[in-house]
Amino acid sequence: MALFFVCLFVWLPLLVMISGALMPADELYWRYLSPLGLGKDKVRLAFLPTYPSLEALWELLFCSPGFFVMFWNSCIQVLPMLAGQCLVGAPAAWAFAKFSFPGKRTLFGAYVLLMVLPFQVTQVSNYLVLDRIGLMNTHLALIIPGIWSTLPVFIMTKSFETIPRQLLEAAYLDGAGDVYTFLHIGMPLGYPAVVTALMLSFVEGWNSLEQPITYLKDKTLWPLSLYLPDIAKDKASVAFAAALVTCLLPALVYLNCQEELEQGVATSGLKQ
Amino acid sequence: MWKLQRIKFFGSCLFIWRSKGGKKKLLPWLFLTPSLVGVIVFTGIPFLDVIKRSFQDAMGTRFMGLRNYQAVLENSAFRLATGNTVRFLAVCMPLLLLLSLGMALLISSSAEQNRLRDQGMGIFRTTLVLPMTIPAASMVLVWKIILCPEGTLNQLLAGVTGTVWETDWAFSQWAFPVLIITYLWKHAGYDMILWLAGLWGISGELYEAAKIDGAGAWARMWYITLPGLTGTFGLVGVLSIVNSFRVYREAYLLAGSYPEPSIYLIPHLFAHWFLSLDVQKMTAAAVMMVGAAVLPMAVALVIRRRSDGQ
Repeated sequence: MALFFVCLFVWLPLLVMISGALMPADELYWRYLSPLGLGKDKVRLAFLPTYPSLEALWELLFCSPGFFVMFWNSCIQVLPMLAGQCLVGAPAAWAFAKFSFPGKRTLFGAYVLLMVLPFQVTQVSNYLVLDRIGLMNTHLALIIPGIWSTLPVFIMTKSFETIPRQLLEAAYLDGAGDVYTFLHIGMPLGYPAVVTALMLSFVEGWNSLEQPITYLKDKTLWPLSLYLPDIAKDKASVAFAAALVTCLLPALVYLNCQEELEQGVATSGLKQ
Repeated sequence: MWKLQRIKFFGSCLFIWRSKGGKKKLLPWLFLTPSLVGVIVFTGIPFLDVIKRSFQDAMGTRFMGLRNYQAVLENSAFRLATGNTVRFLAVCMPLLLLLSLGMALLISSSAEQNRLRDQGMGIFRTTLVLPMTIPAASMVLVWKIILCPEGTLNQLLAGVTGTVWETDWAFSQWAFPVLIITYLWKHAGYDMILWLAGLWGISGELYEAAKIDGAGAWARMWYITLPGLTGTFGLVGVLSIVNSFRVYREAYLLAGSYPEPSIYLIPHLFAHWFLSLDVQKMTAAAVMMVGAAVLPMAVALVIRRRSDGQ
């Protein structure tokens, strides 16, 4: 019962957003004039729209090319980054988890340190590096540094460490090579952690604000997360619909991978 | 010259590879290199560059000693932002840890009562983690509906007290608690998963034994659950502090880049310095921030090693 009340704090705000997305423009203006920044009028809160309509969603999805450009920008910036993190990060995590080599502890410590540093610390020098190689104001300015984020490596390492050594030795005895072992034993067994790492990166990238503000001067390159606050000014009637569509993708990804996420986060929390 | 060096390098790699047991030595590096090179180029070198620049003048030509640091420390905006950030951490982190622990205990205890660890209760667990995935930008409109001067919160208060309320919650002295609440709303779920993992790691037999010995619910909580969670506590704490700079998103989206002074945080300051390309201040402040982050970590590590040694 108590749990139900706690969950209301999550459900009600979401319900307000969803119902806002399903309101026709007239009702939206009548209810939410001042939150939309269009004037001063009493807010008339509603958890369900009085005149439900798909007008705003239709308008957003079929008559707002700007929204599509930004949606596409977000995809272009996030998806290659995820692929890169997987390709680069998973082997590195495998090396940290399953091999011993000189300097391993120090290097892993350095990775953890870099994971902890907030974006602001390396903001200037990242900017200078990207400027020097001419990536400023392109999608690559967000993709390339993102690929070498160290958080996915950390999460995957923790999970690979839990794979029992005997299993790998058995594979070696049966004549499996190192790469084969990694791909056919490591990756399937560490799969929840890989999904978790990618999901956290996805949510993070989809939600990113600091990086695009810093690296993208050109507004047509902006991702959704940065453009969303502006849409209320341009086209207030679709603001709620845009908010809903923006959070739909990460929410659906989460609902699909919930099991893996919980497992992955749990193993990343284990002590060595 | 460069070419010769390269040939030498690959030649020696090949030599080590062929030699006895050499494959074993090189193999981890084969897996590690793609990541390591990128991390060094995009994070390692920039990081060293930050340290170097923090001691130089704006053009990067003259050594300035500690003068940049002095300028930062004397900067009133820096003091305001640091003070606010520390205050935010001091208030928000304990609340976040307690709230998420409370949620985790609620989930696990009701799961226990209903004997439904995996199904049924899932809907609540899903709900509580869901806010983590929702972009801050999506929620801003909802928060504005609640918080604006004509908004729902003022209407509720007016209904309860019978007087007129016209507080602009996001732009007054209330901005700080408002920011904390929106932050908790979004981030408590992630910590809850970590706590749940810790809770499920505690063996059920301990509880059974305690029950047979007549320990009440509070006693079990105090003597079994909480001691069992100490390892989780450190991890949740560190990860929460790592995530805490993300509060800038909520602050920026709710109140813009020049918010009410009580929620002017370090990221705001960096954004302003970046616009005016104040490289010296940014680098010096960044080095100090790293110091502030590394010192506690190092101390914690030393303490842990000592306690392991005993």
